Amino acid sequence: MNKAVSIKVNGTAHTAEIEPRLLLVHYLRDVLGLTGTHVGCETSICGACTVMLDGQAVKSCTILAIQADGSSVTTIEGLAANGVLHPVQEGFWEKHGLQCGYCTPGMIVAGAQILLRNPHASDDEIRHGLEGNLCRCTGYQNIVAAVKYAAGKINTQAASGD
Amino acid sequence: MAKYVGEKIKRTEDPRLIQGIGHYVDDIKLPDTLHVAFLRSMYAHAHITGIDTSEALAAPGVVAVYTGKDVADKVGAVPCAGALPDLKVPDYRVLANDHAVFVGQPLAAVVATDKYAARDAIDLIMVDYEELPAVVDVEEAAKEGSPLVYEEYGDNIAYRLTSGEGDIEAALGAADKIIKQRVVHQRLAPIAMEPRGVLARYFPGEQELTVWSSTQIPHLLRTQLAIMIGIPENKLRVITPEVGGGFGSKLNVYAEEALLGWIAMQLNKPVKWIETRRENMQATIHGRGQVGYIEIGCKNDGEITGLRYNVFADMGAYLQLLTPAIPTLTGLMLSGCYKIPAIQMNITACFTNKMATDAYRGAGRPEATYVIERAVDLVAAELGMDVVEVRRRNFPQPDEFPFATKTGLSYDSGNYQGALDKALAMADYTGLRQMQKQARDAGRIVGIGVSTYVEICALGPSQAMPAGGWESATVRIEPTGKVTVLTGISPHGQGEETSFAQIVADEFGIALEDVTVIHGDTAIVQYGIGTFGSRGIAVGGTAVFLAVEKLKEKAKQIAAHMLGADASSVTFKEGKFSKPATRAASVAGGVSDPDVPVSEAPAAALPEPNVEDKQISIQDIALAAHIARELPPGMEPGMSATHFFEPTNFTFPFGTHICVVEIDKETGDIKIVKYVAVDDCGKVINPMIVEGQIHGGIVQAIGQALYEEVVYDEQGQLITGTLMDYALPKAAMIPHLELDRTETPSPVNPMGVKGVGEAGTIGATPAVVGAVVDALSPYGVRHLDMPLRPEKIWQAVNQA
Ligand code: FES
Ligand code: FES
Repeated sequence: MNKAVSIKVNGTAHTAEIEPRLLLVHYLRDVLGLTGTHVGCETSICGACTVMLDGQAVKSCTILAIQADGSSVTTIEGLAANGVLHPVQEGFWEKHGLQCGYCTPGMIVAGAQILLRNPHASDDEIRHGLEGNLCRCTGYQNIVAAVKYAAGKINTQAASGD
Repeated sequence: MAKYVGEKIKRTEDPRLIQGIGHYVDDIKLPDTLHVAFLRSMYAHAHITGIDTSEALAAPGVVAVYTGKDVADKVGAVPCAGALPDLKVPDYRVLANDHAVFVGQPLAAVVATDKYAARDAIDLIMVDYEELPAVVDVEEAAKEGSPLVYEEYGDNIAYRLTSGEGDIEAALGAADKIIKQRVVHQRLAPIAMEPRGVLARYFPGEQELTVWSSTQIPHLLRTQLAIMIGIPENKLRVITPEVGGGFGSKLNVYAEEALLGWIAMQLNKPVKWIETRRENMQATIHGRGQVGYIEIGCKNDGEITGLRYNVFADMGAYLQLLTPAIPTLTGLMLSGCYKIPAIQMNITACFTNKMATDAYRGAGRPEATYVIERAVDLVAAELGMDVVEVRRRNFPQPDEFPFATKTGLSYDSGNYQGALDKALAMADYTGLRQMQKQARDAGRIVGIGVSTYVEICALGPSQAMPAGGWESATVRIEPTGKVTVLTGISPHGQGEETSFAQIVADEFGIALEDVTVIHGDTAIVQYGIGTFGSRGIAVGGTAVFLAVEKLKEKAKQIAAHMLGADASSVTFKEGKFSKPATRAASVAGGVSDPDVPVSEAPAAALPEPNVEDKQISIQDIALAAHIARELPPGMEPGMSATHFFEPTNFTFPFGTHICVVEIDKETGDIKIVKYVAVDDCGKVINPMIVEGQIHGGIVQAIGQALYEEVVYDEQGQLITGTLMDYALPKAAMIPHLELDRTETPSPVNPMGVKGVGEAGTIGATPAVVGAVVDALSPYGVRHLDMPLRPEKIWQAVNQA
């Protein structure tokens, strides 16, 4: 029996009739065509599928789409605003925080979450904050640098009041 | 004049990737696509006495189910490129017929309208298994009386091989001391974060098959798939979209790739299969898997006299593309960065009931480096010398290059002392040893490990490669002045869209933004070999460089003609060809076209090239070459050059890694407190990318040293079947890495580049293990096998 859900994704309201067992990640990728959210393990370990659900970073491979009914989701495609990259996206580009790019959307969302909670996160705090995200390419060093870069940018913006 | 080469240029690949708008295989959606799921063997070794697919076929959404019988005479065997004497090559088919040889081997494929339906139907297939005894341990496999993976062979030996030069018996006989050690290179899973995936589409009218695959070798894959499926190679197009990491695991030709292509041709609909992580752990190649016995001879002053390495190499249940070749690479690099008068390696390669091993980042060379570096540490321990001094004692001097090893190689260039000295200074080695002494006095467990490695890169001269070692490039300047580069390599994270553009932009004196690098589509790009073996820049980049040179020469001829000068007097600088100031201009006004009346000329004709008095830009020459009214007599129109570069030798990057660890006595936990790496990969195109490669490589090496291991139980069941059980390094498990470089250009190619993709993985493992062993030396430890889990360490400390 299909179920109706309405989920706001990247600011746009969507309604769909879906199988109750449909995973949120498959809803985003296959129903909405937002393929920036990746699948790397299906077991809640790798974090490639990380999205924001009502402002919290979650692993969309372990949430059913119907559990997100009535919620608001932000995916990697929705992070940049008005053509301007999110500071964490910018950090990843500046600091070579990605190689193959497969873990990157999840890493960027997780990085954004870390800074939302703690805009002054230290290297160590960033590394621990990335506990739920695996990268096989970068060795993490430049990912940490990317999140730091974003922190610097966010803090300067906050200080200058814009 | 270089504006881009040598600079930290931000990658041109990144904007699409950081916004999630690039396309990996699973992101490509074709209408009416059917989805494939595989039923895989649940036993490591079994006869399949029956498969009943009727229930699955009747399930909702299921379109077709195929078993081994359906494809036995339709799709050819999975290819192996290893050409070794007396090699046994099992006839491994895309779906098992009546004999399953490892857990995860595909037995049947279900095709359904959506992926959930396909996976549901897998459970409805009934298989009758007759379980057989499994062969799991590689040393047991070699023994007489072991159960057999293949009855018909009479034993489990895939091949035996002896390699090396020098009189090993005499060399060991001349030693003051001989040290022996058994070492284990555990099986590892490459774990590219993007699992494998295939999408295949067939157009019956055009008889064209297109296969999108997450691969490192689109052209080699096309050739092999054409043979396996039996269609003309020129009716098969392989497209490699974004690839989410490979590390060797996608340097292969897999059963699923051929089967998907074949199914698309049966059903005339697009079919897609995306590997699950569990499938990836079970049935994507593993790496390493060697158990070896080291015998090293030395003089009392530390001079090495000879090295013997007898190794059991675990092939797994069948041979993938390069499975048997990997241990032979180990043999090539056993000399490390030392002068060793005699080296012998004896390989016993065995079949076991496990997934095939093959190239995982480093592919046989991390094993070699680990062997020689551990051996040198053992020499130091035996003689009571410092590990640095033993190394220095045996280095060839910088003026001894090219340096010939007793493994048959000629190292191109090197300055091992230089990298070592720099690393020692960076780490403050003397200070570290003092710190260690104080720490020990205070009851702490601290160790320092040093690895001086050399690796073989830029694979390689075709003579030494199974399927060609050259690389290709086409460089075109389009009429509008934009430059297109078609490269035969197939990057998947290495950033060559950027680094190749850096090379081209500098050589042409144009803006980086004007260069586009295209790869990974066999319908667009000329034949190429692919990305592996740290060959992207050194072989692929050199092909690009030489194609550019060809094009510059042609442009110069045209420039001379248009400027009315002699080609030898024309100079090229910052994108413009100039003639000497003395000669008057003669080409103003251009040349009229005698054959096409102006009224019939196309309305949207190309613009005219802009020829200034004494100079002309390369873009204007490209335009002129396309308009082709003003070319030197006999010159071909167009502005395109292709180069197939055949390297004359490998390249040999090297470096020194220093690792400092502290061990928690209570828990056995290891903390890396300092990591210093000085790498020399020759000339560097983009230092930011080079550092990134080294970071990633070191962390994979730390993974091997401390955490990772593919574990099968005695029945051949895979215990590490998910990422919950297979321990990949996480950010918090990794220290900050301090990097620097030395730069010894390679004489093998015109840019002097060497390659860097595998350096970290090769150099770092022995440094980490060496540090832990050094830490535990007061407890009588001289060697421990990887992975160095806390439990093992705790036992060494508390049961000493
Ligand atoms: S795919 Fe969701 S955590 Fe790996
Ligand atoms: S960039 Fe490849 S997995 Fe992180």
